[in-house]
Amino acid sequence: MADEIKKEPPANFKVTIDNITIEVAPGTTILNAARTIGGDVTPPAMCYYSKLQGSGGKCRTCLVEVAAGSTADPRPMPKLVASCRTTVMDGMIVKNITSEKVKDARAGVVEFLLLNHPLDCPICDQAGECHLQDLGYEHGKEGTRYEFKRRTFEKEDIGPYIQLHMTRCILCYRCTYVADQLTEKRVHGILDRGEHAEISTYISKAIDNEFSGNMIDVCPVGALTDKTFRFKNRVWFTKPVDAHRECTTPGCCGKTTLWLRGEEVFRVTARKDQWGEVQSFDGKPGWICNTCRFDKKKTGDWTIEGVTKVNRHSVIAQGHYEGLVTPKETVQQVLGGRAPRLLMDIHDESEVNRNGVHLSEINGPAHSDDFKKDQ
Amino acid sequence: MGKKLLLANAHVPGIRSYEVYRREGGYRSVEKAFKMSPADIVEEVKKSGLRGRGGAGFPTGLKWSFIAKPEGVPRHLVVNADESEPGTFKDRYLMEFIPHYLIEGMIVSSFALGSNVSYIYIRGEYAWITDILEEAIAEAKQNGFLGKNILGTGFDCEIYVQRGAGAYICGEETALIESLEGKRGNPRIKPPFPAVKGVWERPTVVNNVETIAAVVPIINDGGEEYAKIGIGKSTGTKLISACGNINKPGVYEIDMTISVEEFIFSDEYCGGIPNGKRLKACIPGGSSVPILPANLLLTTAKGEKRMMNYESLADGGFATGTMMGSGGFIVLDEDQCVVKHTMTLARFYHHESCGQCSPCREGTGWMERILKKIDSGKGEMKDIDLLWDIQRKIEGNTICPLGDAAAWPVAAAIRHFRDEFEWHVLNPNACLLRNYGLAHYADPVHVPASA
Repeated sequence: MADEIKKEPPANFKVTIDNITIEVAPGTTILNAARTIGGDVTPPAMCYYSKLQGSGGKCRTCLVEVAAGSTADPRPMPKLVASCRTTVMDGMIVKNITSEKVKDARAGVVEFLLLNHPLDCPICDQAGECHLQDLGYEHGKEGTRYEFKRRTFEKEDIGPYIQLHMTRCILCYRCTYVADQLTEKRVHGILDRGEHAEISTYISKAIDNEFSGNMIDVCPVGALTDKTFRFKNRVWFTKPVDAHRECTTPGCCGKTTLWLRGEEVFRVTARKDQWGEVQSFDGKPGWICNTCRFDKKKTGDWTIEGVTKVNRHSVIAQGHYEGLVTPKETVQQVLGGRAPRLLMDIHDESEVNRNGVHLSEINGPAHSDDFKKDQ
Repeated sequence: MGKKLLLANAHVPGIRSYEVYRREGGYRSVEKAFKMSPADIVEEVKKSGLRGRGGAGFPTGLKWSFIAKPEGVPRHLVVNADESEPGTFKDRYLMEFIPHYLIEGMIVSSFALGSNVSYIYIRGEYAWITDILEEAIAEAKQNGFLGKNILGTGFDCEIYVQRGAGAYICGEETALIESLEGKRGNPRIKPPFPAVKGVWERPTVVNNVETIAAVVPIINDGGEEYAKIGIGKSTGTKLISACGNINKPGVYEIDMTISVEEFIFSDEYCGGIPNGKRLKACIPGGSSVPILPANLLLTTAKGEKRMMNYESLADGGFATGTMMGSGGFIVLDEDQCVVKHTMTLARFYHHESCGQCSPCREGTGWMERILKKIDSGKGEMKDIDLLWDIQRKIEGNTICPLGDAAAWPVAAAIRHFRDEFEWHVLNPNACLLRNYGLAHYADPVHVPASA
């Protein structure tokens, strides 16, 4: 170990996350290092988006504990740090799910994020592929302690294709980064501050540029929805297939996911990776233009490559799981190795229908005691 | 009588103008500083032990030595005059009555840091002070202390005054930098620190008004001489803006060797509590530092006399101590309701949260609503525990210290005055008509000998 430190400069940094040691290139963030391990060790991220420069640090769901800063300076960091914006040092020891402090803080953050969220999932188009749903499911509590009126906003149409439902927004700022970095002119941003902060455009200005649709893809919740898809279908009823077309818009990769039901294309999105971010092709993020997204709604427009492999843990992954763990079937075990013939078959084995207990002979209504074996 | 440095000439008629200020010995430090090397000035400030007067108390000399010095990249000094902490108005006094003191300190500091363009980021509400500063800058320029080739040394320096737009968050140094650049005042995620990437990604030092002003006596008398004033690591003098239930509210310069008791009750400073009332509690360093009940305020948990300096006020940590903070000294007498008081502070932080990160955005509003509920007699016992849990989950989990600042007052109020919260819950009607008074003190309330 001591010999390795002397080598200048170290090609890779050794970092230990939840007792798993890996080597990553210098400059990698803790979150990205954890993503190379994958699984439960990876902190959830609601605002960080690896393809958007400057994103992250805001939602605080990815907080981790740094138990040792580096080999050179092994002091622990005094506060929990946002793993998406903290770069690893050589010999850093990070605690994510092994730290009670992190679990506690993360539960707090999830509660804060859900505090003013309307929880209108049954009527929300994002349901099924919503990061906040996943987050709430994995790290949240079953109830809320908030007993005041929730914050609401009026729905807003921003441009011909996108509807903004600010009530659902968690202010991750991703959509403003998309507008900043993908298009020439940003016409929307954050107005007001604190609890009242909202995403909005300049007064009565419509967002109208070729890449605005990507805002829908980066939105982790249902705050920005596709107007051509709104209320048309539930995502889990549609079947995702990978498709591509020769797109002439500069900057558009033309590689998409079509969401089909039968032969009908319900919506078109960019292809997402397992972290819910757009996939990269040849090192470039696969953003798609509005023509591909909103105007090409016939299967004939596309060359279909095959069914999308969805390996995220979302509801949409139903039937398309990779690395799926099927729950253990126990019926056969109960029945002594044979398959059940009828549902009643199971009851036959139970104590209710044991021979020797005659319901007509019991005094009053039957009670579980009446069927005890030792009677 | 403590030693006065910053406010020694504050009452000289016409000190606001250049002529009088110069006649009283102003701008001597600039002349002296230009004969020294910038590194020597930084060394002098280090020797003085000066600590940041904005709240955190970080050693100024150390901060200055951190500034990155890449070739060909300009550096900047930014003076943080966004004094928005409730209870703090010391910088306002200094800038309003002796503006040249700040300008003088800025010229010396700019020379030490190599900043050719320095900024004063001033709170938007201080509109008239902006004019005073602009006038002072113009006068200094006329007399050759600003502009090109100052006093023939070849050093150029310009000072610009930038007004904020009324946001507390812009007092946080990275939010201030964002705002100065013309953007939305959201705090940046650190690192990189401003000393490496600040205004326009250039190395920047952000200092409080009082800190920069204190550079003047340090250069005039020497760092070692300055370090002799005060006690331990609390060197020099500190401006305290006292307000609340005291006979003589105002800005006082103390040399950090006096006790809290002397500060509140002596005629030289606050002059005691009006109408023969008794002291209930005090926030010694601006609204975000923990509130202390009278018994813990006057003596530490160890039984020692609590003094007005960084170490003594912080003695006992947050369990039984508090912080020097920015010197906004708020005194509460026996008629004040701690629940209502905490609610007012929570309302402030709710209003001022920038909304960038979730714990602060959602948590501050939640805390305010619960406190409002308790204050209006509708609270339940579980609300007090809930409040504690919320503040615990905000503290330390946010991008900038505003989350901490919102959490600490609530935490301290519950820690020291929990029975008062419980009384509000148990007496929903009575709490609307009267307040809890001093009933919560386990030990007898201290009555000073002079009273």
